[in-house]
Amino acid sequence: MPDLNPISWWLKLLALPNESRTKTLVVAFLVSGICALVVSSAAVILEPMQEANRAAERQARLDAMMAAMPGMEEILAEADADTLNSVVVDLKNIEMTEIDPSTFDMRAAAQDPETSTIIPPEADIAGLGRRADYAPVHILRSGDELRLIILPISASGYQSTIHANLALEADLNTVAGLSIVEQGETPGLGARIEEPAWQALWPGKKLADKNGDITLTVVRGRATNEFEVDGITGATRTGNAVTEAVHFWLGEYGYGPFLDKLRAGALEQ
Amino acid sequence: MSALRHLYGPIIDNNPITLQILGICSALAVTTSLTTSAVMSLALITVLVMSSLVISTIRRHIPSAIRLIVQITIIASLVIVADQIIQAFAFDISQRLSIFVGLIVTNCLVLGRAEAFAMQNPPGPAVLDALGNGLGYSLILLIVGFIRELLGAGTLFGLTVFPSVYDGGWFTPLNLMLLAPSAFFILGLLIWAIRALRPAQIEPSDYKIAIDPNRRAP
Repeated sequence: MPDLNPISWWLKLLALPNESRTKTLVVAFLVSGICALVVSSAAVILEPMQEANRAAERQARLDAMMAAMPGMEEILAEADADTLNSVVVDLKNIEMTEIDPSTFDMRAAAQDPETSTIIPPEADIAGLGRRADYAPVHILRSGDELRLIILPISASGYQSTIHANLALEADLNTVAGLSIVEQGETPGLGARIEEPAWQALWPGKKLADKNGDITLTVVRGRATNEFEVDGITGATRTGNAVTEAVHFWLGEYGYGPFLDKLRAGALEQ
Repeated sequence: MSALRHLYGPIIDNNPITLQILGICSALAVTTSLTTSAVMSLALITVLVMSSLVISTIRRHIPSAIRLIVQITIIASLVIVADQIIQAFAFDISQRLSIFVGLIVTNCLVLGRAEAFAMQNPPGPAVLDALGNGLGYSLILLIVGFIRELLGAGTLFGLTVFPSVYDGGWFTPLNLMLLAPSAFFILGLLIWAIRALRPAQIEPSDYKIAIDPNRRAP
């Protein structure tokens, strides 16, 4: 009669010499099984809280940028709250899509070959590798008139990928504000792009010169004209990355064609 | 009483950072501010104590052929759980710690204690030893974090102590303090100070520099 009692099996196993093959295998599988269970339950249980944290962070940055922009409060006060439209734009076919912006994740889309495009190396000044074909864009209108548009931009910086929101005024050439959403640059040097004092230098700067070329640059030292933004001492490469983000995302592979179409008024929903 | 030696021994006399020079990588990377140092210390103490407890409990049944893999698996799982908890409850700090919580796995301190102590000792002393080593590591991290944040940004725990010139005060932050080399300098000075006070910690030289008295310049 075979012994079917699991407790005596367990005791028999523990009594085996440590070097036996059975015990080695059983211990290996048990340890990895229990560890996998612990790790995956922690991940599953905590996932909603982490997602809420990330969403709150994104919203807080967007709110902070809106609050920092001159004249924003009057615009929001005179218009209904729902005139700030969030739409996901198709950068490939240059059109508005029906994708729900609240659930759309641009970074996940940039990883997925189905929803992203490889940027040709010579055009990849921002060092991104792939570009998502869809981008969530916020458009503020009062009546039918465009007042403000907020575009997510990114570039690889000195030691992290910098994500930012760039807001443009109705002429689509004047910067209404820049807000850094996420960065991991050197604390005290590059990370100072997060400081409100530096971001406050952006409103009023012009993107393109009269030939239509994107000129806006973070310079070394002090800015001398409306196409330049003061650089941060000791953070030249972070400043260059922000410049590259602006140049890339407003160029041919970024929002350039979309903004042209918007300017021509051919993009009414 | 002798069990308590496991607890306070590693804090100064046998400190994992200043005597054993373990865990330097994270000590350099996360000490730019006191908050990150404190969270990193808490994460490391938790992981170290839990891993020592688990490993010491099952120490008699770990086949020696796969013991390192078993230890690393347990440590790595605990680190992932700690990282997930920090991301859920202290999101902004988790962004500043970036990958360094995950790198506790490779911190020689944790595997070192598991292999050198927890594998040979019952759970009680193993937990005390882990706690002592964790506290010793935390002490150094907090000292370095204190100096770097105070001199590098004029703040402590993010609160202004010295008003910096950027905000209209008098203090010019030392940017060097925020870069990794400054942590090396501070650690070196700390090790020097501790060994000056406790000469027993001074290691004998591995070899002497011999100068031949009859040697002629070429």
